[in-house]
Amino acid sequence: MAEAAAVVAESLAGYRARAARAVLEQVVLPGEELLLPGQEDGEGPGSAGERPLRLNAGARSGGRVVCGPGLRRCGDRLLVTKCGRLRHKEPGSGNGGGVYWVDSQQKRYVPVKGDHVIGIVTAKSGDIFKVDVGGSEPASLSYLSFEGATKRNRPNVQVGDLIYGQFVVANKDMEPEMVCIDSCGRANGMGVIGQDGLLFKVTLGLIRRLLAPDCEILQEVGKLYPLEIVFGMNGRIWVKAKTIQQTLILANILEACEHMTADQRKQIFSRLAES
Amino acid sequence: MKETPLSNCERRFLLRAIEEKKRLDGRQTYDYRNIKISFGTDYGCCTVELGKTRVLGQVSCELVSPKLNRATEGILFFNLELSQMAAPAFEPGRQSDLLVKLNRLLERCLRNSKCIDTESLCVVAGEKVWQIRVDLHLLNHDGNIIDAASIAAIVALCHFRRPDVSVQGDEVTLYTLEERDPVPLSIHHMPICVSFAFFQQGTYLLVDPNEREERVMDGLLVIAMNKHREICTIQSSGGIMLLKDQVLRCSKIAGVKVAEITELIQKALANDQKVRKEGGKFGFAESIANQRITAFRMEKAPIDTSDVEEKAEEIISEAEPPSEVVSKPVLWTPGTAQIGEGIENSWGDLEDSEKEDEGGSDEAIILDSIKMDTGEVSNIGSQDAPIVLSDSEEEEMIILEPDKNPKKIRTQTISATQVKAPSKKPVKKRKKKRAAN
Repeated sequence: MAEAAAVVAESLAGYRARAARAVLEQVVLPGEELLLPGQEDGEGPGSAGERPLRLNAGARSGGRVVCGPGLRRCGDRLLVTKCGRLRHKEPGSGNGGGVYWVDSQQKRYVPVKGDHVIGIVTAKSGDIFKVDVGGSEPASLSYLSFEGATKRNRPNVQVGDLIYGQFVVANKDMEPEMVCIDSCGRANGMGVIGQDGLLFKVTLGLIRRLLAPDCEILQEVGKLYPLEIVFGMNGRIWVKAKTIQQTLILANILEACEHMTADQRKQIFSRLAES
Repeated sequence: MKETPLSNCERRFLLRAIEEKKRLDGRQTYDYRNIKISFGTDYGCCTVELGKTRVLGQVSCELVSPKLNRATEGILFFNLELSQMAAPAFEPGRQSDLLVKLNRLLERCLRNSKCIDTESLCVVAGEKVWQIRVDLHLLNHDGNIIDAASIAAIVALCHFRRPDVSVQGDEVTLYTLEERDPVPLSIHHMPICVSFAFFQQGTYLLVDPNEREERVMDGLLVIAMNKHREICTIQSSGGIMLLKDQVLRCSKIAGVKVAEITELIQKALANDQKVRKEGGKFGFAESIANQRITAFRMEKAPIDTSDVEEKAEEIISEAEPPSEVVSKPVLWTPGTAQIGEGIENSWGDLEDSEKEDEGGSDEAIILDSIKMDTGEVSNIGSQDAPIVLSDSEEEEMIILEPDKNPKKIRTQTISATQVKAPSKKPVKKRKKKRAAN
């Protein structure tokens, strides 16, 4: 039945779904339908019927495939929900199908479970804090979800403070919920961010680029001045250097990286290192 | 949607930076952000960018009956809109305090200063006058809306042209743009608002505050002035005590800034007029640069080009020679020859080669090429060589360089075409001939 529905939808759309392999690194648009490698061979002209895609079937030849941001599983179909370039990451070990996601350019953050974000405390009400994370509604943060916090020993959080935390609940129908501890009850770097330093906003694409494991920008920035820096997946960056001047320079450089090519960036960094 | 709150650390940092005479974007205390003025294709349409703050201005006109107490004066109407596109905190369809304040200030700055001659907008006293409407839309909010809006309003008014009207007796004729050139409004002076933000109870002063500076400021002073240093409006808000010499100092700074901005506006207007007169390209599509996102750029892949020539040679040597065509030319009339089976003359091809030729008198070239044509053909006929002249490109090369050895030229042309793109032209031509046959 599901197969029939898929075929009908396909014919309604007026074109065949494209194979994900074929459009890798290309621009995809919302509403487009993709076929994963496991689905493609069932799609041949001679085959008896299409095999539905099972994203969680480990025994299949394609293995387990993960849909990242920008892709949505709808029944046995894979739909694109964001405009951007389709990316793929090969699985590290085993015979999985790897991860597919869409690299898009946007400023508005949508909470995702597990994301580390920087929030601003907007209100204290009873035993929870309301934290603005840049999403459509504020996240809630319990005062017990700090390292070492007990009912007696409350964390010292004021309205307007910066919080670096992680989402444990991020559902489109529910209020997002943050915590500042990991599953072992450790802070692990999370918690209230110090009173100094500068917070600024960049696009989400730049944040992802900066957080990539082999990010050149960050290594180059690190060579300039000693600094403390926090990246939130919601596009916020908190940076602190020794002086205000240095902090300002760092903030402006990171903002400018959005529209610079690698060569331009290297030029600017070398010029700054000289001065 | 709620406004993003300002965190304590941002507030502290900003205030400390201001104490050190530093600003977030690297400006000095009295510096304006970059002002960019661009015009749309229509008259009276412009956008003003003040750093990241962006305002779109559009002027329109309409014939209406005048107000009862001012029978000979045209009507000026200003409307500033803060759309949600500018900042998510702006709510649509609601008159916020900020909006009311800004609209009022704009009216005072532009209407009450009588910068536009309203009497010249009268068509028939007591019956028909022009109503000039200035719509301003905030497209992006990054602080100092009022300065950007006042610049946009005056630029749009200066740029605007209303249709020409003539009155003969009781008859009023309205001419379209095609019939008569539209007439500009008569503008006496250009009032421009300059904003000053005060911090720490007036200790520190900044010109052109951006959005975050506006959030931490204690008070704001707006001075509207024209380039003759006449103050059109002055407004202080925020409830801080200002000293007399502070206000005087601000008005001096405002005088300098207004002179600079007026010059910029006049330059932009003159530039636009020049481009329009010359018939060049104008409008937003031409003047607003689009920002590129480098994050998604594809890296350039290096291609090995070291042995391209050898490869090309190889391809040529491996390729089959073109199929033989009857090499006996048919002479139809003196000066024209035909090679091949089809009954088709080569005039079309000659024209092609002409186009690719660099200038020169057309007829001479044609004659030349014909001569060369026949000469070559007779050569081939005697030697019976497998060189076939059915390719127009080959002919062309021979025409251009008649002195060189034709065989050598041929290999050159082939290598060139094969490297660049597979030459489909000769194949097509042959097919055509067959069809004609």
